[in-house]
Amino acid sequence: MIKAVMMLNTQGKPRLAKFYDYMPVEKQQELIRGVFSVLCSRPENVSNFLEIDSLFGPDSRLVYKHYATLYFVLVFDGSENELAMLDLIQVLVETLDKCFSNVCELDIVFNYSKMHAVLDEIVFGGQVLETSSAEVMKAVEEISKLEAASNSISLVPKSVSGWRGR
Amino acid sequence: MSSSSTSIMDNLFQRSLEDLIKGFRLQLLGESNFISRALEEIRREIKSTDLSTKSTALHKLSYLAALHGVDMSWAAFHAVEVVSSSRFQHKRIGYQAITQSFNDQTSVMLLITNQVRKDLNSANEYEVSLALECLSRIGTHDLARDLTPEVFTLLGSSKSFVKKKAIGVVLRVFEKYHDAVKVCFKRLVENLESSDPQILSAVVGVFCELATKDPQSCLPLAPEFYKVLVESRNNWVLIKVLKIFAKLASIEPRLGKKVAEPICEHMSRTVAKSLVFECVRTVVSSLSDNEAAVKLAVAKIREFLVEDDPNLKYLGLNALSIVAPKHLWAVLENKEVVVKAMSDEDPNVKLEALHLLMAMVNEDNVLEITRILMNYALKSDPLFCNEIIFSVLSACSRNAYEIIVDFDWYVSLLGEMARIPHCQRGEEIEHQFIDIGMRVRDARPQLVRVSWAFLIDPALLGNLFLHPILSAAAWVSGEYVEFSKNPYETVEALLQPRTGLLPPSIRAVYIHSAFKVLVFCLGSYFSSQDTTSSSLAQESSSGSSSMNAFTHGSILNLVNVIERDLGPLSETHDVEVQERAKNVLGFIGMIKQDIAEKLNLQDNETESFGVAAFMEDVFSEEIGPVSAAAQEKVCVPDGLELEENLGVLDEICGEFLKPVESDLVSYTDMISFSVSKLRIRDQQEASSSSSPPHEASSLLAEHRKRHGMYYLTSQKDDPDSNGTHSDYPLANELANEISQDPFNPKRKPNQSKPRPVVVKLDDGDESRITPQAKTNIQTGNDDESLSRAIQSALLVKNKGKEKDRYEENPNSRQQEKEESSRIENHQNSEKKKKKKKKNGERSSKHKSRRRNEVASASEQVIIPDFLL
Repeated sequence: MIKAVMMLNTQGKPRLAKFYDYMPVEKQQELIRGVFSVLCSRPENVSNFLEIDSLFGPDSRLVYKHYATLYFVLVFDGSENELAMLDLIQVLVETLDKCFSNVCELDIVFNYSKMHAVLDEIVFGGQVLETSSAEVMKAVEEISKLEAASNSISLVPKSVSGWRGR
Repeated sequence: MSSSSTSIMDNLFQRSLEDLIKGFRLQLLGESNFISRALEEIRREIKSTDLSTKSTALHKLSYLAALHGVDMSWAAFHAVEVVSSSRFQHKRIGYQAITQSFNDQTSVMLLITNQVRKDLNSANEYEVSLALECLSRIGTHDLARDLTPEVFTLLGSSKSFVKKKAIGVVLRVFEKYHDAVKVCFKRLVENLESSDPQILSAVVGVFCELATKDPQSCLPLAPEFYKVLVESRNNWVLIKVLKIFAKLASIEPRLGKKVAEPICEHMSRTVAKSLVFECVRTVVSSLSDNEAAVKLAVAKIREFLVEDDPNLKYLGLNALSIVAPKHLWAVLENKEVVVKAMSDEDPNVKLEALHLLMAMVNEDNVLEITRILMNYALKSDPLFCNEIIFSVLSACSRNAYEIIVDFDWYVSLLGEMARIPHCQRGEEIEHQFIDIGMRVRDARPQLVRVSWAFLIDPALLGNLFLHPILSAAAWVSGEYVEFSKNPYETVEALLQPRTGLLPPSIRAVYIHSAFKVLVFCLGSYFSSQDTTSSSLAQESSSGSSSMNAFTHGSILNLVNVIERDLGPLSETHDVEVQERAKNVLGFIGMIKQDIAEKLNLQDNETESFGVAAFMEDVFSEEIGPVSAAAQEKVCVPDGLELEENLGVLDEICGEFLKPVESDLVSYTDMISFSVSKLRIRDQQEASSSSSPPHEASSLLAEHRKRHGMYYLTSQKDDPDSNGTHSDYPLANELANEISQDPFNPKRKPNQSKPRPVVVKLDDGDESRITPQAKTNIQTGNDDESLSRAIQSALLVKNKGKEKDRYEENPNSRQQEKEESSRIENHQNSEKKKKKKKKNGERSSKHKSRRRNEVASASEQVIIPDFLL
């Protein structure tokens, strides 16, 4: 099972954080800080795995990947394969790349809702359900359409910037 | 303004999430100010009757909660309102807020059941998906129970988008509501034969989780998993199936043989490293008896190790450390790589390499390996340095210093370790110092030498991390003062002014050690004067080359020095230090007069002689290790109920009780206890042993004979070391050891030196109860009912399947063959179920026994023959 997905920038600001077991927000913030403090101390070109038992309890593992200004982090337990999780990060990034054509940190910052749509298609309740970015894209586009449709019948338009950007 | 127009105004000018994010990036208020302003706004907007306004507010709140740690539990009811909107966008925001913030304690949880049911039945697959996601994250017992029919229906959905999520949600539903197994299990299992890779991947994932929780209940499905293992070419699916078999093979060894072949095939065939690694891990962890498979796996590990990719190197080392306990040759084969990895820049790789090096340590190479490690420790960063030190300490002390032959070397190593600049393992070194002193008689001279080097260096007193070691050094030089070259200097070192830097508890040890040295010197002095005296001379001649060196002048000097240094301490604030100092001063008060006047010390009647002899006797008692389990061995007196009624206390003051419990188990604490309570011990001894020493030792022997079970049994590694001494009537082996001739030549070259006797506790040495074992027993129950549910579901499923197959295709030979095995399987599981039921009635005390029984029962039958 996947326990948490995080995207942190290199300053330690969380851009996306999802915990698949319920946790109070304070605890979430503490874990995010804990993860970042380990991540930022690691040199480049070393392995992408971390011992993380002290933060997430026994038998938990963490893989991360560093892209430009962002860390993509997956925390999971013994029923996942470490290298497969690395691949999953790759799938996630590829999908985001397709969504935003050349994804950068700002896309992730401003498309909070869409980010979740992408992630929820890949990871469902902690289980990996989809690893094909084409399938994910298909679903995410459908969801965006549905949202736009439900929005257009709105009698009172949203504020100007609204949902156009999506 | 009327309320409706407020709402319209709100809506018109409401900031969207995007506006909020933009604002956040431009704000000059400071983050927390900005957040509280935004929260104020949200609190106002969320009360709006307009669902658009409300949902936007909720969306902003979810964002702030997820990324800025803002509490959103107060908005639970608003989330329920938003989720009931007919618009997809609102619904999505609502569900997102609910999955993010609801938990079992959320009171409005009850209100969402109907909405979730409605959405599960929706014709829009994306709405269904939202509801499923919600259920899979926050599903409670009630929700799972109420929505099981819907989940069942969705499991049969023709849309794979919905079906895979329905399969995913089953895990949560089963976990929360065991009876759902009866309903959904059959459909779940059917999907194992699905041709859709997404569906197969989802269902195998679910079974992987179920097998992790309870392998026993998934065992009857082994044929299905086997089929997937052989037929599938999807790496995700294969990895999960391998995980399942790793679990199953651990309870059904015969399965290992069967799956080894396809696993090896995958291992040699695939280019996907993740799959290779999973195969390797499965082989080394669960099929480690299969020679051929292990050989192939080790070859693959080797490939990983020589890769440039640090991930593969790390995982390769990781796999090696799994294989190490059973196949050490695999590690030895890769020794160079492992040693090289110690200087890798990746801390993970270094750590794994360290663990592997420690796994390789044995009697013959411990010198070499620790030499390498000490060099690394000196070069490494503090964190890794301490990791190395800790590994060396724990590997060397394992099983009562099993691998150490040359204790002089090891004691010097401890000294070296303590002086490594980053060393923060003082407490462990302290423990071993004292422990070796107590256990290994032959190591004491070297211990005293090493301690001496610590004590005379005033610079060390300023190093906080060294304090525990200094405490041990002081204790050792006091307790084994007879090996000291120059007791006078020892006292000076123990009382040097810089000892003021020590914490009082350690200072007290220093003072007490000085006391022991003083008593020893007086004893030696008196006995050297008293040439005719027999018993005392014999006793105190034990092992000191310096005993004749004391002149009247030097003793007087010693007494004066101690008096001078301790004088000020008799008024110190710390009671422990004060009391120790006063003890010594009091003792000096008794003897000083006599010594100063240089009375005829050959006269045994002088007060000072009597006092000194008495004190010497007090300190002559040897202190040995105490079993950590000694307390448990005390019989509970009749009529004393230890357990009864105290269980209630756990609830009332559980937090306070816990640390006490862990103290009892901790061996280190026990040692420090014995050190700090020396005084009490001394007093006890004083009251019982005022008779001449050898009488005391036979009394002691008598005492040990009677209370032997609280003490240790000695281990005779070296048959020559005992049996030669029979001067005393020996009550038991330990007394034998005590009377060993300390003049035994010890200065032989290392190689030919026999391993000294290491006193070993018969049991208590490693008896720290692992907390995990405890919790396993406690948590067992919940999984068990789930497993029982699966067992019975399997029965139903198999019956159903038989029927289906007869109807479908009664003539196919292939099917018939499978069928017969099915039936057999079914009969078997019925047998097993009976067994299980019977066992279920027994109390949990017999859990382990029962497990064995179940395991043996399952061994007989469960797997159909074609698999074995």
